[in-house]
Amino acid sequence: MQPDLTQELLELVRLAATDLPDDVEAALRAARDREDEGSVARSVLDTILRNVEMARANSTPICQDTGVPIFYVDMPQGWSMREMRRQIEAAVAEATKRVYLRPNAVNPITGKNTGNNIGDEYFPTVHFHEVDGDTVTVRLMLKGGGSENVSTQYKLPDSRLHAGRDLEGVYKVVMDAIYQAQGKGCAPGFIAVGIGGDRGSSYYAAKESLWRRLDEENPDPALAELEHRITEDANKLGIGPMGLGGKTTVVATRIKAVHRLPACYFVSIAYMCWAYRRHMMIYRNGKAEYK
Amino acid sequence: MREIKLPIDDETIRSLHAGDAVLLSGVMMTGRDAVHKWMIDTFIRKTREPQGDDLEVYEAIKKVLDHSVLYHCGPVVAGLDTGDYRFVAAGPTTSIREEPYEAEVIHHFHLRGVMGKGGMGPKTLKACQEEPAVYFHAVGGAATLIAQSVQRVLAVYKLEFGVPEAMWVIEVKDFPAIVTMDSHGKSLHEDILEMSEEKLKAIIGV
Repeated sequence: MQPDLTQELLELVRLAATDLPDDVEAALRAARDREDEGSVARSVLDTILRNVEMARANSTPICQDTGVPIFYVDMPQGWSMREMRRQIEAAVAEATKRVYLRPNAVNPITGKNTGNNIGDEYFPTVHFHEVDGDTVTVRLMLKGGGSENVSTQYKLPDSRLHAGRDLEGVYKVVMDAIYQAQGKGCAPGFIAVGIGGDRGSSYYAAKESLWRRLDEENPDPALAELEHRITEDANKLGIGPMGLGGKTTVVATRIKAVHRLPACYFVSIAYMCWAYRRHMMIYRNGKAEYK
Repeated sequence: MREIKLPIDDETIRSLHAGDAVLLSGVMMTGRDAVHKWMIDTFIRKTREPQGDDLEVYEAIKKVLDHSVLYHCGPVVAGLDTGDYRFVAAGPTTSIREEPYEAEVIHHFHLRGVMGKGGMGPKTLKACQEEPAVYFHAVGGAATLIAQSVQRVLAVYKLEFGVPEAMWVIEVKDFPAIVTMDSHGKSLHEDILEMSEEKLKAIIGV
């Protein structure tokens, strides 16, 4: 019999919405210390960090745009996906009632907001994977609309940017995307890049790369080097926190490459705002643990 | 940091310059995508007949907005079942989506400020010079902190647009913001865009 994890999932939603992960907060503090004393950039980062502390202490949303809840569920063989989805939806609806989440699911035809964050099979989004062993892992990411709106996709070659079908071409279009975004995606941002795939899987890969912690290097040395290069060069643009000028435009870059079609070379940039909300629940032996 | 009381007189507005940090206190209203469309269609360009309580709401918000601030914000609000509303999270949303409408809204309602994040374009900047008005930049995502400066919810109109899209009349105290577009034609956003474009071209070589 599959246990009912609704309460455990509700706690996962609460954590994701109100508790910024430790690696993200540490990176923002380091960014704050790099900015000049008395600068607008430092005062913006101070405001951000104060907000992060208050949200955690009061159990209120870090940002009012709590995004589309994106769940990634790893389950052992024999667990029911339909049942897990039902429990996830119950947890999301309850989290909305407790104002950990803003009602965000809007019908594009009628304009009506469902009021409880339950839209259709795409909202909330749930990705399922079957795994060995008997541990259930549920990961949840919240990504707001402002950062979705500045996310973008390029197809190489791109003649405007003289970007060819290689990592140098990838570098150029990602730099262009960061420039185009300015502060609008709530800079300083985390740049997630998907290389290859089709148009859909390319974005999926980009977002998936945001699960790698900030203290972990990319296992592919060429991509690791490109990540560092993009972060460093992006910070020479001077866009700064909220786009009001400063040294920190991008905190970190994440890249994931997946196989492409011979005719296609997509580069997808999923811009993650500074409110980089992700948490994980590990359920084993009848107990949930959160990371 | 300068303290600014709402409603704001023209002399105060003219004295504000891009880059100034301010603390706002007084009564303002939230309004975003659905509200701008409704204002423009029903009362400004008049392509749609007023329906339901449209006219009553219009009369009420005219008084609130006169010489005050329209805040681009879709808040998280507690107390929806009791009507005892309380702002829980209330950071700014991206303003540029309202660029096609904002200049007309500023003139029609005699706004002295528009607040949001990301800045706005040339039409809004021109309206700021003419009216006069300024663009206040709030810190995006600082939702809990900003909600603390919201003292009271005085009224809500068009809740049927959804919680984020409704018009929330709020009383704020020491709401932190930065003037990024002033009434003298200066936009910090334009300056940063130009500077970063030059740097991008130099770095990637196009």
